Amino acid sequence: MFAILYVLVIAEPDDGTGGGWRTTNFGSALDDPGGFLQVLLDALTFAGLLFIVASGFSLIFGLMRVVNMAHGSFYLLAGYIAYEVQQSMTGEGFSIPGSEVNTWEWVFPMIVAAACVALLGLIVQQLLLSWNQGEDLRQALITIAVSVIIADQVIAHFPRTGVFEVGGGNAVSMTWPGWTERFVDLRLWGVQYSLARLVMLALGVVVGILLYLWLYRTKTGMVIRAGVDDRQMTSALGINIQKTFAIAFVVGAALAGVGAVVGSSQGNIASGQDTQWLLNSLIVVIIGGMGSLLGAAAGSLLYALVLTFSASYLPIIGTECCTNYSIVITFALLAIVLAFRPQGLFGRAG
Amino acid sequence: MSSLALDPKVAVERVVGVGVLVLLAAGPAVFNDYWISTILTQTLFFGIAASSLVFLYAYGGMISLAQTALMGISAYLLGNMVTQRVPGGETKGLTLGWDPTLALVLAIVITTLIGLVFGAVASRSLGIYFLMLTLTYAVIANYFFGQVTQFGGFSPIAGINQYTPGFVGDLIDHPDKLYYIALGTALCVYVVTRYLARTPFGLSLQGIRDDPVRMTSLGYTVPLHRTLAFGYAAFVASLAGILLVWWDGQIAPGNIGIGATIELLVMCVIGGLARIEGAWLGAFAFIVINNYVRDVELPVVGGSFNTIIGLIFLVIVLVSPDGLMGIWDRLWGAIRRGGGGGRPEPAAVGASTAREAGSS
Repeated sequence: MFAILYVLVIAEPDDGTGGGWRTTNFGSALDDPGGFLQVLLDALTFAGLLFIVASGFSLIFGLMRVVNMAHGSFYLLAGYIAYEVQQSMTGEGFSIPGSEVNTWEWVFPMIVAAACVALLGLIVQQLLLSWNQGEDLRQALITIAVSVIIADQVIAHFPRTGVFEVGGGNAVSMTWPGWTERFVDLRLWGVQYSLARLVMLALGVVVGILLYLWLYRTKTGMVIRAGVDDRQMTSALGINIQKTFAIAFVVGAALAGVGAVVGSSQGNIASGQDTQWLLNSLIVVIIGGMGSLLGAAAGSLLYALVLTFSASYLPIIGTECCTNYSIVITFALLAIVLAFRPQGLFGRAG
Repeated sequence: MSSLALDPKVAVERVVGVGVLVLLAAGPAVFNDYWISTILTQTLFFGIAASSLVFLYAYGGMISLAQTALMGISAYLLGNMVTQRVPGGETKGLTLGWDPTLALVLAIVITTLIGLVFGAVASRSLGIYFLMLTLTYAVIANYFFGQVTQFGGFSPIAGINQYTPGFVGDLIDHPDKLYYIALGTALCVYVVTRYLARTPFGLSLQGIRDDPVRMTSLGYTVPLHRTLAFGYAAFVASLAGILLVWWDGQIAPGNIGIGATIELLVMCVIGGLARIEGAWLGAFAFIVINNYVRDVELPVVGGSFNTIIGLIFLVIVLVSPDGLMGIWDRLWGAIRRGGGGGRPEPAAVGASTAREAGSS
């Protein structure tokens, strides 16, 4: 069943390359393998970023059954915090040339931003969520309220430097460290590819490996997995499950922060991206299955493939068609996956 | 249930409900123009949309965040079908210029069909999964109308309320007429929804809400019931969408964005998710707050209206998850216990009648 589904979903973007109305941004994979590779790499690198953000969302849900609707707001806040920190470190103002940024001036803002949202996550969890465990819907509503407040406050106070007026949630962007600002020759069909995007993919893989090691090779990870399977039994064994919940929430929120730094370096950070990233996280975990690391990876890959390929390979008829229909393909992906597996690809039933 | 010996609580609610209805029917004679055309009309149609959400939760156990999107879909359909291409003027959308009555029917039918498709896809997802999936629908619909320029695009389709069916007439110069249409529609939606809850379909839906596994083993098709319930809710939401464009004249992606989706949810939560009446009560409370608190600057923290509404929402969820109706239910229980017992508490859902538009 999974195989059929996999083929279906993978085959979908390929349609545009072969037949159909034939006019696409790129030629078919056979005629234009370079273009195909380019799009494939775009998809894979975007999947890396998706995974960083969505794995945090999935971790929180998997352990605590809390749908953290404030995940996107955490992302937004972390992006702006990191931007401010980088601005004050380099003192260059609005647009910083990459050559002026060294690795530390990129990593330190990330640490600060991730720590800030992790602390915020801890406060939210301890103050608002720890005492009503098990009331799914109420907790979802609470996090929705929190997300509304955070998003509004972020827009009211950020960005602070490099703009005419404080606040407003205007688009600003972080700068990658200078050494990533070049293109790598892949020696394959003459494709030159952005190193920064490859770094993005590498970061996604690193986060994935670290999460795997943490969850499957440490005692804390063991407790967390036990908590995912059977919360009551775990706490009956004398394990402080509340402490484990707090740790998971902190890590999950921090991952939103790390993702925000990567995302705002590659693109930008602006008001409205909280919704965008909540949607991204939701789609990834709905496709992949809740609380599963593998599911988050598979969901990120599928979603990124569909999004990138449909944006590149949908036929072009005039100026208004049809690449802007890629959102419909996303819905189709969701519908197909859910039709066969309501709990997502790697989710467990029930 | 003995309906002859009337529960005093139900009696009180009936009296209040009829009182409110009389007050609303007297409408323009009692309230000034601003209240009629802005606050009460909005309360009525947002209440209709909210009631579709409450219906799904109270009788089906599903929280749908797609109701605002469905409302927007019907509004967009109507806007695309009725507006005409004016020479020289800037018009958005397909500007088909069809007959308004035909367009009205088509908008409602197509929205209901889309609702059935949405419902079919989501019908096997439960609880929190359902909420997430419907939120995804909402965001997808929002991006769809924002990105696909043929149907709308970033800026609004305007002037839709110039093209109303003949039996409705001119709504721009006669806001009272729109008010009465909204009132009549709200009343119908309330009565039909209450009736639906008592039909075999409604009863089995409530059975599915309480124990889907048992209902499956009794031979009920659980996904089908959920899908049909979602279709009915989409139908109700489409009515609200039509009233929205007749009132506002335009529809833009912002009307169905995540902000609007959460606002509708806030209305339902303020009013109370367990009872249909709560929809209009919550819509009324929200719109009054929205109109009179919008320009208040928060001290210290800053921020806009959204921070205030977020805080109100948070407090309600923390203090009384079943909203104002829940406060009323508990208050009544407290009074009665104080007065020396009596009969046991009636079930919250379906215990009362005739509190239509229990808003003012």
